[in-house]
Amino acid sequence: MIEVREPGLMTTVQDTGRYGQYHIGMPPSGAMDQFAHKIANYLVGNNEDAPTLEMTYQGAELAFDETTLIAVTGADMSPTLDDEPIPTWTAVEVEAGQTLCFKFSQEGVRSYLSVAGGFDVPEIMDSSSTYTLIGLGGFEGRQLQTGDELHCGDETYEEDRIGSTAPNAHRPDYSQNDIRVIMGLCDYRLTDEGRKRFLNTEWKVSNEADRVGYRFEGPDITDMFEEREQPFGAGTDVTNVVDLGYPIGSIQMAGQPIVLMRDAVTGGGYATVGTLVSPDRSMLSQCRTHSGVTFESIGIDEALEIREERDDSLESLREKLR
Amino acid sequence: MTETEIKRQQLPSPRYEYGGDDYVFVELDEEMSFDANFKAQAITQEIRNRDLSGIIEVAPANASYLIQFDPKQLHANALIEELQTLESGIDITDYQWDATVYDIPILYEDPWTHETLMEFRERHQDPDATDLEYSARINGFESVQSFIDHHTGAPHMVTMVGFVPGLPFCFQMRPREEQIEVPKYEQPRTATPSRAVGFGGAFTAIYPVQGAGGYQLYGRTPVEVLNVEQELADFDESMVLPNPGDLLNFRQIDRDEYDAIREEIESGTYRYTKDTVEFQPHEFFKNPTRYNERIVEVIS
Repeated sequence: MIEVREPGLMTTVQDTGRYGQYHIGMPPSGAMDQFAHKIANYLVGNNEDAPTLEMTYQGAELAFDETTLIAVTGADMSPTLDDEPIPTWTAVEVEAGQTLCFKFSQEGVRSYLSVAGGFDVPEIMDSSSTYTLIGLGGFEGRQLQTGDELHCGDETYEEDRIGSTAPNAHRPDYSQNDIRVIMGLCDYRLTDEGRKRFLNTEWKVSNEADRVGYRFEGPDITDMFEEREQPFGAGTDVTNVVDLGYPIGSIQMAGQPIVLMRDAVTGGGYATVGTLVSPDRSMLSQCRTHSGVTFESIGIDEALEIREERDDSLESLREKLR
Repeated sequence: MTETEIKRQQLPSPRYEYGGDDYVFVELDEEMSFDANFKAQAITQEIRNRDLSGIIEVAPANASYLIQFDPKQLHANALIEELQTLESGIDITDYQWDATVYDIPILYEDPWTHETLMEFRERHQDPDATDLEYSARINGFESVQSFIDHHTGAPHMVTMVGFVPGLPFCFQMRPREEQIEVPKYEQPRTATPSRAVGFGGAFTAIYPVQGAGGYQLYGRTPVEVLNVEQELADFDESMVLPNPGDLLNFRQIDRDEYDAIREEIESGTYRYTKDTVEFQPHEFFKNPTRYNERIVEVIS
């Protein structure tokens, strides 16, 4: 059993996501940084979809009453075990009676904690991910609170796994702020000049940046839109469209650009103008409030290459840690 | 009541768009019409039936649809080609479906949405009127009551479910010249009561849970459209009530009936008034007034 002494700022149980329910308005949820989540699982010998804890900016304080294997990946929150620093991106054995502590993240936003066997919570619609808006999944459908008691799944692990580590080449640089997108969806609504301005702007991550979406601050976006007589059913604002579905990672133009993340609204009536290539959705989730981000327009072939590169990197690491 | 038929909409060539490396978004029309919506329903139903490998999500919307897929198993261009073939082979007048018709009671001008809309007056086009007063005026109705009568005067079709789980976008089953149209709030509100009935563009929305929202607020329904715990008998199979293609008949109620239904909902004994019809687009297009009367009859 693992007792939550301090929950941290926003700590939830997440996995690779809940799929097949988008048509009823259910977003996938799941770890915001899928890359870090999967590596945390590989390190302790889990399948990539085993539930981990996602911690945001300020991590938790957790007391273990059984011996197990853990790994911490993602943002560096300077983890300690009974006040002794432990390495990140590395499988570490925790002994019964020890306390794991995290501080405020120095770089990146989200840390992932895996335990051998995964955190044991009920699956809802084939996923353990937490979707707090409707109180679904994870640990009682909510973020962790002081006093919660977590349990691990099947806890056996091989001794020689202790100390396994992800080489530096597999650890992302979270200060990277160039986010690659395929422009499209409703980007026909932008003028040529507006499109240029959108891509040339360094946007600031606002303090409204969470699991639902990342809202950006920057120049007025209504100027970037083509004036038109609005089509029937769209609504009167120049950024309105007839309500449509939003891809996860799409950029919605509602007052300011908002990149929709894994707990996103699944659709609505604001023009979307592009979609982040999937690995960069994980990267954006590690961009901190007030940091600058630019959107780089790429084509489908390059997007597929980027995805393949990421998949290959995960696969080679999985093989290595097997 | 009018005898006008529903004019068929000539749809432009669909726009196929990449959504990153793992989505395809298809816009059938920039404007809303039954033609565009029925086509989105028909195509997405057909894709589900085909059970292509690599498909993750299939989500129809009002005049468009969205597909998520695994690029390892399916290339975006191969999917688009498949969709184009499908699109050219579909005639929506051949397409019919079993639609559930629901009675949806609404307390218009309820105290809860009234409190909310007064709180956000500075974000509204007309701070000196209520949302209903404003909507009635810009749509040429002489009173709020005649506007409400129009809103309940013909059933609505659920043309999309989304935004949040279980939120139905509802399009009234009338010819375009009789459709209500209103703008959304100038700036979205940060609060909306659960079960609020709102209107934006040409759509009525029922908000399943409390949260942000930009639609004009008209009233509140005592019945749930989302029941996560699935405690109510009508949510046996799914946690959301209506699906795209279902029909909602809005009915104005008073506070006493609202409270009585709420009591039944909270004690878990409420049963929805509903029945199933086979929805036939061509019959509806020909004479919507008569067709709507038949739909409402099955639940009265």
